[in-house]
Formats: sequence, C-alpha cells, structure tokens
Amino acid sequence: MTGSVGAPAERREGREKVSGTARYAGEFPSPGRAQAWPVPAGVARGRVTAVDTAAALAVPGVLAVLTHENAPRLAEPDDPTLALLQDARVPHRGWFVALVVAETLEAARAGAAAVRVAYATEEHDVTLTGSHPGVYVPEEANGGHPAVREQGDPDGAFDASAARVDVAYRVPPLHNHPMEPHTSTARWEDGRLSVHTSSQGTGAVRAVLAGLFGLPEERIVVTAEHVGGGFGSKGTPRPDVVLAAMAARETGRPVTVALPRRYLPAVVGHRAPTLHRLRLGAGADGRLASLTHEVTTHTSRIKEFVEQAAVPARVMYAAPHNRTVHRVAALDVPSPSWMRAPGEAPGMYALESALDELATELGMDPVELRVRNEPDVEPDSGRPFSSRHLVECLREGARRFGWAGRDPRPGVRREGPLLLGTGVAAATYPVMVGPSTATARALPDGSFLVRINATDIGTGARTVLAQVGADALGVPLERVRIEVGSTELPSAPLAGGSSGTASWGWAVHDACAGLARRLAGHAGPLPGQGLDHRADTTGAADAESDFARHAFGAHFAEVAVDTVTGEVRVGRLLGVYAAGRILNARTARSQFVGGMTMGLGMALTEGSTMDAAFGDFTESDLASYHVPVHADVAGIEAHWLDEEDSRLNPMGSKGIGEIGIVGTAAAIGNAVHHATGVRLRELPLTPDRVLTGLLDRRT
Amino acid sequence: MGNLQHRSQTTLRVNGKPHTLTVDHRRVLLDLLREDLDLTGAKKGCDHGQCGACTVLVDGRRVNSCLLFAVALDGCEVTTVEGLSGDGGGEEPHPLQRAFLERDAFQCGYCTPGQICSAAGVLAEAAAGHPSHVTDPAAPSGEPVPLDREEIRERLSGNLCRCGAYPRIAEAVEDVIP
Ligand code: FES
Ligand code: FES
Repeated sequence: MTGSVGAPAERREGREKVSGTARYAGEFPSPGRAQAWPVPAGVARGRVTAVDTAAALAVPGVLAVLTHENAPRLAEPDDPTLALLQDARVPHRGWFVALVVAETLEAARAGAAAVRVAYATEEHDVTLTGSHPGVYVPEEANGGHPAVREQGDPDGAFDASAARVDVAYRVPPLHNHPMEPHTSTARWEDGRLSVHTSSQGTGAVRAVLAGLFGLPEERIVVTAEHVGGGFGSKGTPRPDVVLAAMAARETGRPVTVALPRRYLPAVVGHRAPTLHRLRLGAGADGRLASLTHEVTTHTSRIKEFVEQAAVPARVMYAAPHNRTVHRVAALDVPSPSWMRAPGEAPGMYALESALDELATELGMDPVELRVRNEPDVEPDSGRPFSSRHLVECLREGARRFGWAGRDPRPGVRREGPLLLGTGVAAATYPVMVGPSTATARALPDGSFLVRINATDIGTGARTVLAQVGADALGVPLERVRIEVGSTELPSAPLAGGSSGTASWGWAVHDACAGLARRLAGHAGPLPGQGLDHRADTTGAADAESDFARHAFGAHFAEVAVDTVTGEVRVGRLLGVYAAGRILNARTARSQFVGGMTMGLGMALTEGSTMDAAFGDFTESDLASYHVPVHADVAGIEAHWLDEEDSRLNPMGSKGIGEIGIVGTAAAIGNAVHHATGVRLRELPLTPDRVLTGLLDRRT
Repeated sequence: MGNLQHRSQTTLRVNGKPHTLTVDHRRVLLDLLREDLDLTGAKKGCDHGQCGACTVLVDGRRVNSCLLFAVALDGCEVTTVEGLSGDGGGEEPHPLQRAFLERDAFQCGYCTPGQICSAAGVLAEAAAGHPSHVTDPAAPSGEPVPLDREEIRERLSGNLCRCGAYPRIAEAVEDVIP
C-alpha cells in the first residue's frame, strides 16, 4: 500500500477547469456546426393541430424546422419523455413541439420565435392536494421500493401513546438547475453517430440512442468528458441529446442543442412536491411506539415517478408499530425525476422535523431522543446494519457544535431585532453499487493507464479512481493515468445514487489488483504495448447483501431570524458523517459542503410553484428560482468519522454525493423553531412565511 | 447568413489580440467569444444575466458577457479567463487560478471561469474604493475597501455555484488579497 487513498489529492482536471480550457458538451468546434432552438408547447394539455413553419423558414440562416409531422421516426422509447416530435399530443406545458435548426444561435432563436403552433386545448389539472380524487397507491416508489409497508398496529399504538405528534409538512417542487444547462452536440457520418453530451452516464445515452434510431451500439460514440453538474437531472438521456441527433440526421450537419435555462424545469425532471403526514407516538421515556409516514406526490400523465419520501422512515428509528405509505396523482404536469437524494431529502425533512416536535412535546433533548430510538437492526427489513454510526455522528457533531448546555426554550434568545436558535437533524442515504468493468495497463515506461467509462460530473471521480488504482497497484499516484467519460472505454454505470465511486472503484481496484498479480508473475521487460488486465464486477458488485447498508450523518444549524424582515440567516451549518472510508479528503469535503449548500437552499430559498391557470412552473429561471448565493453561505463545515466497514466494496466506501443535502433543511427548520417558537411546516422558510408565523404567534 | 443590414464590422481586443469581425447585431459578447473566437472559457449558464457564469472583464471591469451586444463594444479591451494570467499561453496561472486549485474551490467547474474573472474584478473594484452593500457607510470614500469575508461574499453573489463551492471560493479569494 502506498497510501494514495484518503489523501487530499488535487483534482486531475483542475488546471483545465481554472484556465477555461476544459471543454463541455457544447464546446467542441466542428466545421459546419449548426445550432438548434426548441419550441415549447404553449398549452398545458391538448393536441397540436397545425404548425406553420413558413415564417421560421424565411428567417435568414434557418436550415430546418422539425415538427411531429416531419421529424425522423423513432422507435418507442422506454422513457416516454424522449418520444420527441413523434405525435401531436401535448402532455404538459413546455413539452417540445418543434425544433428550429439554423446556422447561428441568433437565427435559431429568431426562427423558434417565428414558429406558429395551433392547438386543440383540453382542460388541464395540475394542482396536487391530499384529497385529489386521482390519488392512488402505486405498485412501487422510485428505486423499486414497495409503496406501502406496515408492521404491528400503528393506529392503536399511536392512540395509546403518552406523547403524540400528528403533523403535516409540505415540500414544494424543486429544480436541479445544474450550472451547465442540458447540452448535446451530435454528428452523423457514414451511418455512425457521435455525440458530446452533458450527462451523468454516457453508456445509458448510447443504449437509448441505439434503440431510438435502430442502430447497433458499436456505431455510436458518446462522450462526456466534463459535465457542468447534474444532481440527478442528467442521470439518463434528456431531450437535448435526442433532438440533437435528430436534427443532425435531418440536416446532415453537426448540431448543438443547448437548452435555454428557462425551458429546463419542464423537460429535464424536477423534484415532485410532497405532502407529508407524520404521526409519532412515544412513551414518556421518548421511545417510539408508533411511527406513520404517509406521502402524497404528483407525477405526469406520461410517466410514473414516485418520490420515495417515506422510505427513510423504514431505516431510521426503532418503532415496533409503523406504517409508511406513498400515494401519487397523475396530473398534467412535467415529468418529475431524480433530484439529489430523491426520497431522502424531502422525507428526512419531514421525519426529522416531526422528531423535533416530539422532543419538544416530551421536553427532551432532540439529540437524546434520537439516541434513544436507535435500532439494533434495520427496522423494516430486520437485517443487521453493515455499519451504523448515527449516534457517534450526533455526539461528535454536538461536541464540535457546542450543543451541550443548550437552553431548550424556544423564542427566548434575542439580539436586537434578531431571534437566535439552534437545531439538529439526522441524515441517511443508502449504499448503492452496480457492476462495472475497467482495464488497467502497465506500460514499459513504468506508467499505468486505467480506462473506465466513469463520468466526472464534478465529484472528482478521475482523481479518486486514480488513487484507488495506485493503491491496488502499489505505485505512487503520479504513475497512474486515467481515462474516463467515453463509451469507447470499458463500460460502467452512471454517476448517480451516490454509487459511482463505489461501482467504478471496485472495478478499478480489481483491474489494478489483477494487473499487479500478473506483473508479479512476469519476468523480463514488458512488451511494447504493455500488459493489460480487465475486470468485471458483475456477480460481485450486484450480489445481494445480508446487511442493510447506509451512510449516516448529523446536521447542526445555528440561525438568526430577523423579526422585522422575516429573513432567516444561517450563521453556522455543521455536518458529521459516517460514510465508510473517505477516499479523498479534499474532494469529499467539497461534496459534503455542496450537498449542505443545496439543503440550505431547500430550507430557505428554493421553491417552485405549479401555476394552476397556466400549468407551468412560475419560477422557471434563476432570477425567480433562488439557489443559494455566496452571501447566503456563511460557515459550513463538514467532518467525518473513520468508519470501517468490510461489507461494502474493496475500498470500504459509502457514497457521499447526496447525504449532505438530506438532514440540512430539517436542522435549519428546527433551529428556526428554537429561535422563534414558530413551527413552520412548509418549505422554503421565506420571509413572508416567517413574518406571518411570528404575527400569528403574537395574536 | 443573415441580412447584411443587420451586421456591422466591429474591432475589439481580446486577451491582448485585436479581432475585427462582421457581427450580427443580435450577437452578444458571450456568443462572440464562444462561437466566433472559440474562447469557450466564458460559460453560458442562463443567457439572461442571472448566473454570472459568463463573467469577463471589459476594459478592466467585470460584466455579464451574455448581456452585452458585441457590436456596441467596438474598441473595447476584453479579458477572459484564458487571458487572465496575461502571458498569452496561460502556462503560468493567475494567482486566483492557483488559489482556486489549491483550495478546491470548484467541483464541476462550470461556474469557475466566471467566479475567477468576477473575483479579479472585485479585487480591482475594492482597490479603487468602490463600496458594496456591506461596506461601512462611514468608510472614507475613494480609499481602498478592505476585503473581509463578508465583502467577498457580497461582491461575488452574482456568481452562482450550484455545486456549492462558496466557502472554498471565498477562501481562495482571501488568499490572493494583497
Ligand atoms: S450566462 Fe450570463 S449571467 Fe448567466
Ligand atoms: S463548480 Fe459547479 S457550479 Fe460551481
């Protein structure tokens, strides 16, 4: 062991990124490249009855206008959101009904503005309520989780409990908004398709394109060398890549489709709104007897996606009587999809807020209440945990934060117009891992080359995988080169579900360890082309585990609430994580802090609204949908425990890309309650809501 | 390729080199840099002045290049992230670029050129005595404004980072304050 793993190695692509030479999907110049601009549907439900493209085609520089009448026919996709320009149906506002291809961006945009679309509109319904008549219980929620689980008699046990909390929470629709909008450049040549795309996984992009265009995968190359963030919204191909491939085929030119920012909310997926009802019943000692978490959410008419927000309640606390339920209504809304920690982020906001309410009800310290309900095994499955150090995270966080001696009384710490408070919440995220392949090659000059179709969406995957490889080879990090981000490389799963590093790292480890064994048995100089070893973790990485495997964490927040303006400022945010072995201290810290920052946005500023009349998201751009900015982020700290877990993968790592967001909103909301005595149960905690809450409390 | 009436010849200096182009009047500086000059360091995050990813320096001041019509910049001096270090080839990074690297002040890197150019603008503004929203109103006018954390955060708030690299970015900027 040379000890690369764990070291704070600098990002391998860092220089390119700070010098501006790192190229993203829309930044590969190629002669004759055309630009395309989509036309979104202007109605929430109906059919396109006519598309008048004459004026658009008359715009100088416009090459073509694709509509459902003339676009290339695609095979039916598994993902209905990719059946673009195939029929006249408009399933929601913002659905693309035409694409204008032109010599320049300006001409494409002017052309798109000149397309006239006539619709036969139908009544639409986009408003989710708990009592919506269309609400049903699906077969399963996202991730293959059963929609309903029940143990014991949760209602009876609730009624019989000494302390009870029965509360409703609401999380609004949220948007991923990676800084790089979804972008693809496609080019056809001799029946072969090559694509640069902004995606979390090019393997899936290639497979989908092959299916849609009826092409063998060998004739398609998809690359994603640098990706400007994804946060779930680039997990599978989105409309940009399909449109680019269609337009390139139609015009015979390379075509770039860079989706305009304000079109993203309607077409790349969003976090669906969730309505939560929590019922917690506990004895006077704080031990939960009954836990019910029921979630109602929406999906679109064309695709069922059910945010699995009640799933974390199956993992977190020991409650002998419990029920978790997901319900969903299919509305005329854009299709929801993954956004960072789907399920856990909104679910843990509700559960951890309710737990705080229970602590208040019991007059018990919220850290102690959580400790008291620590389960011996995973509550829902009965399986032992491969490792679970939530209590240690809470204790370590409390120590670092200075929690001891906290005055539990709400609304009593005043500094001028400010009310001050602190809050805590727990976090969890499941360990996911998938099979992958990788190759490692030893070259005569003493260097090594690792090849794997991993995707670095900003996580530092290149760097971390090189570290894993270096250690498995037993060589210094500088001697290992790595190639990622292309379907020309050994196939590997996407960067999603916090599973990338575990899945890829396993294959890289096996390839490098195998190569090291070969080298040990090799005498004499290496052949000119070097010595190769290939690994495939199928069968190992996807084997069922006898253990429940999750990362855990604890979040602590300190807030100041301005009683005059209603503004909440987070002075300190601290997270402690138990996420297995941390493979690169530098990039890991950035991931944890990044997740917490997004959680801060979820708590205070981010919220989208389905406009009932128009049927679209009102907050569709970055001027109206407020992601956190520099001034919102004062102090964020991330720490971790040295957690050893041999039941995960050869590196002993758990995913770290998502857990940072998970408990953050609840910790902040709980701190706001501690500061003000007001319990706000709908995110985000904007000044209007805070002020209204403060006023209600006074009257 | 467009009606000639709607195109004009424009000369601007970009990273020290003069460029004369016949530009579509609708073309914004960002697209001129990216599409005409293949300087793709300036990023397009929103095209509407809402994110700061396209920040470059025009005559030494930071601007959202997606909001400036190129045709109106005749005679201007534009500096992009590629030209920040001033050595042309970008071999020797600017101190801000080095600080961003050392602090790991980015993840996906898409906001990074904008953050770096914006920070370069901030340093110059503060040195020239430009106050910000959080500058003490009693501070003497025209004097250089000391850049503490709060000043840095306030002044960089037009540059969004969805990866949440904010704390490291503020530290990186602090590192280069003279
Ligand atoms: S691209 Fe110019 S501000 Fe966003
Ligand atoms: S580094 Fe990704 S948006 Fe800032």
